Amino acid sequence: MKADGVKRILLGAIPWLGAIALWYVVRWSGIVNPSLIPAPHAVAMKFVELLLHEGLLVDVWASTQRVTLGVLLGIAAAVPVGFLLGWYRPARTFADPMINFFRALPPIALIPLVIVYFGVDEMAKLVVLFYAAFFSGVIVMYEGVSQITPLYIRVAQTLGASELEIFRKVIIPLTVPHILTALRVALGVAWATLVASELIAAQRGLGALIQNASTYFLLDVIYVGIICIGFVALVMDMILRAISKRLLVWQERAVA
Amino acid sequence: MTNDANKNARAQFEHVSLAFDTPRGKLQIVDDVNYSISDGDFIAVIGPSGCGKTTMMNMLAGFQKPTGGRVLFDNAPVQGPGPERGVIFQEYGVFPWLTVRQNIAFGLTLHANRVAPGEREAICDHYLSLMGLSDFANSFPKHLSGGMRQRLAIARAYAVKPQFLLMDEPFGALDAQTRANMQNLLLQVLAAEGKTVMLITHSVEEAIYLASRIVVVTARPARIKEIIEVPFPYPRDESIHERPEFGQLRSYIRELVMNEYRAQQAQSSFSE
Ligand SMILES: Nc1ncnc2c1ncn2[C@@H]1O[C@H](COP(=O)(O)OP(=O)(O)OP(=O)(O)O)[C@@H](O)[C@H]1O
Ligand SMILES: [Mg+2]
Repeated sequence: MKADGVKRILLGAIPWLGAIALWYVVRWSGIVNPSLIPAPHAVAMKFVELLLHEGLLVDVWASTQRVTLGVLLGIAAAVPVGFLLGWYRPARTFADPMINFFRALPPIALIPLVIVYFGVDEMAKLVVLFYAAFFSGVIVMYEGVSQITPLYIRVAQTLGASELEIFRKVIIPLTVPHILTALRVALGVAWATLVASELIAAQRGLGALIQNASTYFLLDVIYVGIICIGFVALVMDMILRAISKRLLVWQERAVA
Repeated sequence: MTNDANKNARAQFEHVSLAFDTPRGKLQIVDDVNYSISDGDFIAVIGPSGCGKTTMMNMLAGFQKPTGGRVLFDNAPVQGPGPERGVIFQEYGVFPWLTVRQNIAFGLTLHANRVAPGEREAICDHYLSLMGLSDFANSFPKHLSGGMRQRLAIARAYAVKPQFLLMDEPFGALDAQTRANMQNLLLQVLAAEGKTVMLITHSVEEAIYLASRIVVVTARPARIKEIIEVPFPYPRDESIHERPEFGQLRSYIRELVMNEYRAQQAQSSFSE
């Protein structure tokens, strides 16, 4: 049991060690000008320095908070909308082109407009993240809900379930997996949009950190910022996966 | 059909037809089907695969409206599904998100047939052991074999005690021995609770052993080929399999059914 755990951790660590090794190789091989690639240990030192003296945690927290809030609000809106679209075919035929139009717009292209209408405050960043989360979540929800087979509803009807009971006891359990998938997809998209949203005059946040560093060409700081984003996103995804695993023990295939 | 026969009819097919709209035009599935099921009847429907048996049952269950004629239940046109018509689906429809026990209990937690929690557990235990699922009471359906899922679907339908049972090949996935057990159990339940049944099957023996009347339907579109009265009184036991009349009836129905299977096969090779 214990040996198994150790083995898994080791296996999980190999690709990371490999990536760091590759990083050193690229730097030392001279393919790229070494001054353009900070060494891993230099980035690690920068990380510690930022953590201790520059309040890196404040940035991490600011970004995590924005992403979480944007995703929660976006999904809170996407679940009912996606559900309606998936459930009522006519609603889909009429809303589908519109949804796909807005979904195809990269959030970054909206930033000038967002600044005009929402200013440069926290609200503006939230709007961009909400937008990204909502449209990615809606698609997942309605694709999922539209694939629910009528069989289970029929079974419930023949056992005497009322409309409300069918909703509570059949449709909700069948929708939960799609809500969780929508959350995971939206989280991914929201982290990807974060830097863009923090282009809007952010003081703090990982996106802001990267923006500011790029003005002064502080490559090591940029690396720290990028790695932090990836790391926090990974942790959040792992948490969601753990929750999915608990809620969806009944599912045929394990949630990947 | 005389009015007398209609008096205690629970379900009636009155010149029922059904056609689906397909990309290749109208597809006639059920054609002018006319028969009635009286209270306490046990009807077995037998006919080739794809001929329209499930479609016929769906109209009585309330999932599909006939495009011609009427389907009546208790003398009123069927409007939709209801708990007085229990259905065992060909695809089982076991709820994957509920454990075996929760599946059986599902109907009993609904407002329409709610019972006290103590009684609910007792009913669940009863069917768990009858269906040989006690060891899997707390497993999810993904851990069950096909035959176990089928038994679970049967238990779930029996648990709410519908007066009218619609069973679509309910024993199809079971081995011969379990199948015989399930048939006997069904006969016991009927003797105790006096249900009316419409059973779809591909097994001529099963139809004769269980049913009071056998409806043989034709290759698609489903029409009634012949309705055969089964002469054995209830209660029945397995010894009727040995009776000479059983053998005669079996040969007779086999012959009818085989003809339709051949017709259906010819039809499908045409349409390829
Ligand atoms: N919604 C539908 N649209 C078009 N055709 C359909 C539809 N549902 C069923 N059919 C067709 O109706 C025919 C009869 O189907 P049905 O399920 O009633 O057959 P069955 O007699 O129950 O067969 P089996 O013994 O294989 O279960 C089939 O040929 C099927 O392709
Ligand atoms: Mg069928």
